[in-house]
Amino acid sequence: MVEKVTTLMDQPERIRNIGIVAHIDHGKTTLSDNLLAGAGMISEEIAGKACWMDSDEEEQARGITIDSSNVSMVHTYGDKEYLINMIDTPGHVDFGGDVTRAMRAVDGAVVLVDAVEGTMPQTETVLRQALKEGVKPVLFINKVDRLINELKVDEMEMQIRLGKVIDKVNKLIKGMNEDAFKAGWKLDAADGTVAFGSALYNWAVSIPFMKKSGVSFKDVYEKCKVEDMKWLGKNSPLCDVVLDMVVRNLPDPLDAQKRRVPIIWQHGDPNTAEGKSMLACDPNGAACLMVTDISFDQHAGEVATGRLFSGTLRRGTECYVMGTAKKVNRLTQVGIFMGAERIEVESLPAGNIAAVTGLKDAIVGSTVSSLMDMTPFESLKHYSEPVMTVAVEAKNMKDLPKLVTVLRQVAKEDPTVQVTINEETGEHLISGMGELHLEIITGRIARDKKVEIVTSPPIVVYRETITGTAGPVEGKSPNRHNRFYIELEPLSDEVVQKLKDGDISMDLPAIERRDALVEAGFDKDEAKSLKAIEGTNMFLDMTKGIQYLNETMELVLDGWREALAGGPLADEQVQNVKIRLVDVKLHEDAIHRGPAQVIPAVRAAVKAGLLMANDTLLEPMQNLQITVPQEHMGSATGMIQGRRGQVYDMQSEGDTITVIGKAPVAELFGFAGDVRSATEGRAMWSTEFAGFATVPGGMLKETVETIRKRKGLKEQIPEPSDYLA
Amino acid sequence: MLYFIGLGLFDEKDISIKGLERIRESDEIFLESYTSCLTGTNIQNMELLYGKKVTILGRHDVENTPEKILEAAGTGDAVFLTGGDPMVSTTHSDLRIRAKQMGIETTIIHSASIQSAVCGLSGLQNYRFGKSCSIPYPEKGWFPTTPLNTILKNLDDNLHTIVFLDIKPDRFMTVREGIEIIEQMADKENRSPPELYVGIARAGSDIPKVIAGDGGKLKSADFGGPLHILIVPAELHMMEQEYLETFAEL
Repeated sequence: MVEKVTTLMDQPERIRNIGIVAHIDHGKTTLSDNLLAGAGMISEEIAGKACWMDSDEEEQARGITIDSSNVSMVHTYGDKEYLINMIDTPGHVDFGGDVTRAMRAVDGAVVLVDAVEGTMPQTETVLRQALKEGVKPVLFINKVDRLINELKVDEMEMQIRLGKVIDKVNKLIKGMNEDAFKAGWKLDAADGTVAFGSALYNWAVSIPFMKKSGVSFKDVYEKCKVEDMKWLGKNSPLCDVVLDMVVRNLPDPLDAQKRRVPIIWQHGDPNTAEGKSMLACDPNGAACLMVTDISFDQHAGEVATGRLFSGTLRRGTECYVMGTAKKVNRLTQVGIFMGAERIEVESLPAGNIAAVTGLKDAIVGSTVSSLMDMTPFESLKHYSEPVMTVAVEAKNMKDLPKLVTVLRQVAKEDPTVQVTINEETGEHLISGMGELHLEIITGRIARDKKVEIVTSPPIVVYRETITGTAGPVEGKSPNRHNRFYIELEPLSDEVVQKLKDGDISMDLPAIERRDALVEAGFDKDEAKSLKAIEGTNMFLDMTKGIQYLNETMELVLDGWREALAGGPLADEQVQNVKIRLVDVKLHEDAIHRGPAQVIPAVRAAVKAGLLMANDTLLEPMQNLQITVPQEHMGSATGMIQGRRGQVYDMQSEGDTITVIGKAPVAELFGFAGDVRSATEGRAMWSTEFAGFATVPGGMLKETVETIRKRKGLKEQIPEPSDYLA
Repeated sequence: MLYFIGLGLFDEKDISIKGLERIRESDEIFLESYTSCLTGTNIQNMELLYGKKVTILGRHDVENTPEKILEAAGTGDAVFLTGGDPMVSTTHSDLRIRAKQMGIETTIIHSASIQSAVCGLSGLQNYRFGKSCSIPYPEKGWFPTTPLNTILKNLDDNLHTIVFLDIKPDRFMTVREGIEIIEQMADKENRSPPELYVGIARAGSDIPKVIAGDGGKLKSADFGGPLHILIVPAELHMMEQEYLETFAEL
């Protein structure tokens, strides 16, 4: 098998890099496992039960996928063999960051939808991520047998229902990228871009395959009805149908890179040697690798996985990691993943997904090249933000230093995790996407990294922002010989969105950045004065010709960042604030305007200014979607409304109703249990990050006081004068 | 009443008689410890001479919480001691303003300053000095090149420059470190570093050391213990030349 894989690696037209994406529990891992079994990679008996792709004990115990797993397999279509490099991604909303990264590595996606549940919020999210990365989708409608056996629909109704799912996915694609939709990305069962089946029972059908196998929808209906799915599995095997669909409809790297390189390398110049080489997927060009995952192997250490867009990697290849000190990183191993196993290969050419060791300086999202300097790939954008935090401490004193190392690793492995290390108190903070995410991470620290820890109950992550303007606010240095004058105002939603999307970024060349700012409504003077971006905050230096300011600017920005890291209200991160530095008075002698003077002066001005500009608290929100039988509608809406939530839509389908709403994360602790008991376990529900919203005025004071108390801050909320003495 | 009293250059005996008498008559004595220090003595010897307890103040005590000093000065006579002359190369003007604003009267009792002492030790004429500057120890995100620019601008105007070297609670910048940092600044700014320096150690003591020469010579010279200071001379007048040859190994 390994030999076959290595031979095919060199023939890009025979390669398909694909991801499997879906809403949680729609059956991704079962599908992946059965594809693997079909391709002879694992035993058919194990497939579907063992969750082979879920190599983590935690994953097998919980029956969900936590990390993306990579695997390569060989599939014969027509008279040719093809190499399929596949990534199974997590569907649970808490692990959305993995999906974002996986989509960078692949060219095509098998979108999996449960025939009974239809498209769900996560289906939409993952589809959007795929399209944004230029990844072409095909559709697999899973659990078709449930339609027949559980919902007892007839053959006609079955086809109508399946048609509806296709229509819905098409509507989503059209809404997200109309050009691609028109250019042939519309899904059509007749074209073979849709397959139907049961991943669990190992069968599938598609219209092109029906012509070959003779198995019809009528057979599907009848065999399901009598529960003879073995027959279906034999005559229309899942693996052949789905992988045929993949080979036939999803692009090879040659085709895909032509289209995708301009999308994921927007700031690069296609006329450079590396640009041409990536567009052509040229194995003889310079090596250009985008790291999409980092994992730790007990023996090999840090393993970086990523998509190689150009060049060839070998052991000993000398690489540079963009955005770090230009030190040579020499590859010590080059390989591919086959499930949990990493297989070493002699050389790995462009168009494949590589797993390498030796990239000491790389983090997830790094651009790695054999060139010392290359324009980096577009940064990976995450659509969710951490909403919950736990505090962790080492149980034993001796583990204190080890825990710090482990936490740094955790942050490196999962970019959606925010780790705040406090070596002074030993109480470190881990922020993640939700209760489950944090449970998994802390569980792994104890299990895999062998550090016993004490974990606090999760707490909600808040943010601070301003609702008014203020300034000029004067910040004085402790020796009062230096003064900084700033003005504050909230950034518009439009600008915040552009910052999140990276449309306004310090990575842009100065002129492009200026144009982007002007387009977002900044006047020209402001547009050219942007000095720094931190999260969704901006710092503009509007001063002109102030002597010594240049060599002081880094300290000014340090003070500004310190203030943003913890606002005056509740010491929570500040967001969406524009700060303009309008005047500065500096001491003549450098020694009297050092860090000890400048940083506190600016920090004080920003904190006082935030209070003066009506600093307020934001809380994370989640979209909720609960599907219940009609008779439980009352309890479903009650579940949302009783949690300071809003119900904004209800859709009934057959005898079920889907209640759609939104509620603050703070109210969602224990939601799973409550929903189950209120609906006698008959609800299907999902959540999704829905941004931050202002804490209601009536609750603000109490919420702030609770946070301040928890953090051991002075109970009294500070006044601007406390900072400006 | 708040008295700003200069301690002079080297040991406890460099204070003026007027200053000493004032200390002995005052209620509370504070010693500012971060802009300069007397390396020829220690707190015990000072207290012995004064017959008074001395409270040592760090930067934070003076800049962030000056209330303690001001309260003592409001209710009685307080003394604020500083190495050298109290208002030279310090930011204590702020403390005097604060005191006045609170209705506290203030007086300065001066003492010898390094600013003038270097003229005597180097023979460089005080008329010919331009702006002075300090070289701080570089920190993360902070490597100011102001000192180099001040030196070069003075040289353009044919003026000497006094270069104060950083004092940290746990270390003193040496002549060698100072020159190295100036050379790094020159490297960063793509300019040529000065060709002639005068290094001075332990001004005010019985065993001062004064050496003139180029960067290479001064970096390898043995200046001994603290404090060190550096001068970048402009074109030398013939008397300055002769003085340095006579007293500073030029």
